[in-house]
Amino acid sequence: MSATHIVPKKIYFAVFAALMVFTAITVAVSFVDLGPLNTVVALGIAITKATLVVLYFMHVKYSPRLTKLVVLSSLFWLVILLVMTMGDYVTRDWRTYGMNQPHSAPYGIERTIAETVNL
Amino acid sequence: MSSSTELKLPPNNYLHDGYGWKSWLLTRDHKRIALLYLAAITFFFIIGGAFAVGIRLDLATPAGDMVTDDTYNKLFTMHGVMMVFFFLIPAVPATLGNFLLPLMIGAKDLAFPKINLASWYIYMIGSLFTLYAIIAGGLDTGWTFYTPFSTAASTSAVLPAGLGIFINGFSSILTGLNFIVTIHRMRAPGMTWFRLPLFIWAHYATSIIMILGTPVVAVTLVMVVAERAFHFGIFDPAVGGDPVLFQHLFWFYSHPAVYIMVLPSMGIISELIAAFCRKQIFGYTFVAFSSLGIAVLGFLVWGHHMFVAGESVYAALVFSLISFFVAIPSAVKVFNWTATMYKGSVEWATPMLYAIGFIGLFTIGGLTGLFLASIGIDVHVTDTYFVVAHFHYVMVGGTIMAYLGGLHYWWPKISGRMYPERLAKIAAVIVFVGFNLTFFPQFILGYLGMPRRYHAYPPEFQLLNVLSSAGASILAIGYLLPMFYFAWSLRYGPIAGSNPWGAVGLEWNTTSPPPTLNFEETPVVTWDAYEYPTPVEGHVA
Ligand SMILES: [Cu+2]
Repeated sequence: MSATHIVPKKIYFAVFAALMVFTAITVAVSFVDLGPLNTVVALGIAITKATLVVLYFMHVKYSPRLTKLVVLSSLFWLVILLVMTMGDYVTRDWRTYGMNQPHSAPYGIERTIAETVNL
Repeated sequence: MSSSTELKLPPNNYLHDGYGWKSWLLTRDHKRIALLYLAAITFFFIIGGAFAVGIRLDLATPAGDMVTDDTYNKLFTMHGVMMVFFFLIPAVPATLGNFLLPLMIGAKDLAFPKINLASWYIYMIGSLFTLYAIIAGGLDTGWTFYTPFSTAASTSAVLPAGLGIFINGFSSILTGLNFIVTIHRMRAPGMTWFRLPLFIWAHYATSIIMILGTPVVAVTLVMVVAERAFHFGIFDPAVGGDPVLFQHLFWFYSHPAVYIMVLPSMGIISELIAAFCRKQIFGYTFVAFSSLGIAVLGFLVWGHHMFVAGESVYAALVFSLISFFVAIPSAVKVFNWTATMYKGSVEWATPMLYAIGFIGLFTIGGLTGLFLASIGIDVHVTDTYFVVAHFHYVMVGGTIMAYLGGLHYWWPKISGRMYPERLAKIAAVIVFVGFNLTFFPQFILGYLGMPRRYHAYPPEFQLLNVLSSAGASILAIGYLLPMFYFAWSLRYGPIAGSNPWGAVGLEWNTTSPPPTLNFEETPVVTWDAYEYPTPVEGHVA
């Protein structure tokens, strides 16, 4: 896109080094049990690395506003996919008021919203 | 129609720019690539149609004694796969869209001519994989590839079929990308966004869906292939997967895919209505933005395919509500088309017959979609013929009607020659009658409880099924007729001249067929879309 902007090699090497460091952290962290934070940390590092690649290696940082808009909106579409899909999974066990008749009680899986959130 | 002074096709037209097979298979001309696509999708339409013939023959008797139940499963699966992925999705964008988009905005070609050709080759490679699946014993999962059946149980050719559709997806993405860049960067001087024909707005919205949706279904099918081949635990509960996750991912694309099929068709209808009523489309801006509205809302409703699949009632409520919202931009279009016709000087040419047919059939298809979006009704008619009838009204009554209407309207531009008008009108009526006879009985069958995808049924359903099969044979005649007279007209049709309909629009401002680079000189646009002169004796609108 921006043929005029030449990125100094220094930046590429710095980003590459950062990616390697994050990879090392991923490996190191996998030996420590953080409980529910395991996934959060792994995904957090992955997202950071992906952002670096998109911004520097794919030149989005130096691209026109329209390109940035395209990248952000596709990211937003991914968020739609994740949020609405999780919207199904997270709310499946919520109490269905007026519907918790004896037939569903024995399963014992119905929880209130508060219980689900505390998961 | 054609003036007597023009008895020859223009000598420098794109059809005469090179003759050997190389001049076609290595072309970078968007018009020739459109014709390559036209040939390919016609071939797949015939294959998909042949499977439909098998289905309707088998259902003529309640016992289902023509084919075994296994074969029947394969018939409806391959009918769906061929028609959806290899005909309906590329039908309008890759043929008429490809041909007309640069012409309508005054460009010499698409932004990336080589990528355009590559998209055709990718499409053909994908289709070879899927054709191989047919030869290698067929596919029996339904076109929806539902797990865990497709990954754990089915013994049919899931791998080549899934890979074929995965590959085909890239062709769709590249076409969408090409269209968006072309519309942004290649408009002729003076062709502002709000002077664009509505056909272009529709293709812009479609391209957004192609780019944002297709990767999801492609990756989902790769996961199906991976689970089937290497037993990854993604969807199969026996190995720790979740089968409903497949449905979420699949329908995230496949609901919007309906709009990939129908939005470009709506673009065609806007062009036809304006041309044959000689009027500016009523509420141009609303119609333009309703395309974008449909594209965005279309991504938020996929859960309506899963009301009975164990989806949470809360998610179902949200998906149901947003599904109702889609009716708003759809109705904006239908009302604005009818408002355009009001006090217009309507000319009953063949393309207009298809346009009127589209409006009626799409309205029925859309309104029955509201039945299905309301959870209470959907629970009862899920997986019945009611659903089958609904989506055929949208995809066949909508997309194919518009596709045929557009093909007739722009045929003089594509080939330089006219088709036989009277025969074409008869064919249009045959298509309309045959279509309704085929699919209206299926609404009743479904409402009475006949499930889809069964090859035998109780005897009391036979009358309606026989009606449907009879309608299908009439419909087949209606589809075959244009194939013959279009082929006939290539040689014997009267010369059309550059603007046989007296329509406005840049594509009519060049010769028929156009030269390879579309225009002798780059047009400068100083007028709005559909600026028809007010008729002398007419009202001042
Ligand atoms: Cu849907």
